[in-house]
Amino acid sequence: MRVLLTILLAFLAGHSLAGSFSVEIEVPRLRVAEYHAPYVAFWVESPDRSTIVPLGLWYDDQEKWLKDIRQWWRRTGRSQSKPYDGLTGASRPPGNHSIDFAELEALQNLPAGDYELVVEAAREVGGREVLRLPFQWPAKQPQTQQAGGDNELGTITLTITP
Amino acid sequence: MPSLLKSLGLATLLAATLPAQAHKLWLLPSHTAVSEPQWITVDASISNEIFGFERAYPVDAVAVTGPDSNEVNVDNATRMHTRSVFDVQLEQEGSYRIAVAQPGFFLMYEVDGERKRARGNDAEKMLKELPENASKVTLTESFNRLETVVTQGAPNSTALKPTGKGLEIEFLTHPNDLYAGETAKWRLLVDGKPARDLTVELVPGGTRYRDSQQDWSVTSDKKGMVEITWPAAGRYFLEVGTSDNKANHKKADNRRLQYIGTFEVLPM
Repeated sequence: MRVLLTILLAFLAGHSLAGSFSVEIEVPRLRVAEYHAPYVAFWVESPDRSTIVPLGLWYDDQEKWLKDIRQWWRRTGRSQSKPYDGLTGASRPPGNHSIDFAELEALQNLPAGDYELVVEAAREVGGREVLRLPFQWPAKQPQTQQAGGDNELGTITLTITP
Repeated sequence: MPSLLKSLGLATLLAATLPAQAHKLWLLPSHTAVSEPQWITVDASISNEIFGFERAYPVDAVAVTGPDSNEVNVDNATRMHTRSVFDVQLEQEGSYRIAVAQPGFFLMYEVDGERKRARGNDAEKMLKELPENASKVTLTESFNRLETVVTQGAPNSTALKPTGKGLEIEFLTHPNDLYAGETAKWRLLVDGKPARDLTVELVPGGTRYRDSQQDWSVTSDKKGMVEITWPAAGRYFLEVGTSDNKANHKKADNRRLQYIGTFEVLPM
């Protein structure tokens, strides 16, 4: 039924679901004595959290620190094991990075509705920060959301195109 | 080379080449102020989290100085998986200095363009074991001092007298007389002499339960003085380090000194 609905909605939108679900993320440059690049997790949550879709994880193969990405760990991480769901890769150095999750099957199969993209960063001997970007799925027209972090995350821009 | 230039160059070199402390070492006493003779217990661990046990810090070199400046025995010294532990009986009234002073050496060198590091206690042996094609060899003498102070009854300062060796704190404000909102005045000493321009890092305990380190730093003035205002009750991790060219070992190129202390602040 969900699949049918999704296909129907996709059809109504007149586009394939594989548009873009692109996240631009700034890893801030911090002046600290001991710097480690943050571990960053991306996932999608429905308002009542009945749907959690892990999208990606940047970490350096040290599973010891995964629990410190606290919300990701609670919502999805602790019930997974290596390889973690979504697009995983090494932690990223300070600067701007972009990643597109549109090709993920779990995202393509996401039922229509209101969601939040959640981005959480946790840094060894540093801090932790969570940002939430609301969006509607599927996109009938291009959507852009932006959020800015205070410490561990810079500006994050989510662009969804049908 | 003029000696000032030489030492400046050295300091820069040291700052650039020594690895940032990957983990924090600390002692954690169960109590810092008690009102009758009793046992206390002390944990020693190496971790990112303040004060969460991660890896045991060896306490073979632990020394407890009693209120009359005599050495006090420790009991149950044990190295466990994530921490070392020992007990101390505070029989006498007054303050006790609990210290693990650890001398050691770092050896840095290159083999085929690749940077290598070794750490140990016997410099001669370390130098002897260097690969034949090692280049850019630097031997650093290190002296780490981990301390905490505990008191039974009224505090006194006999056990806290600086030893004159390495990096130390002269406690003008007694370390067991710290209260939230008050300011401690302490003097940093290197080999017993006031040490200026050193940065003291402070981290409140309980990092697991917040989203930032909430660390801050103070810098010693020209008389070596630092003033630390305690934002809240709790236990604090303090760390300060410096380097110079006053190594004792003849073959050491330089010296790295570190002082690490754990202090408890009580509610006002």
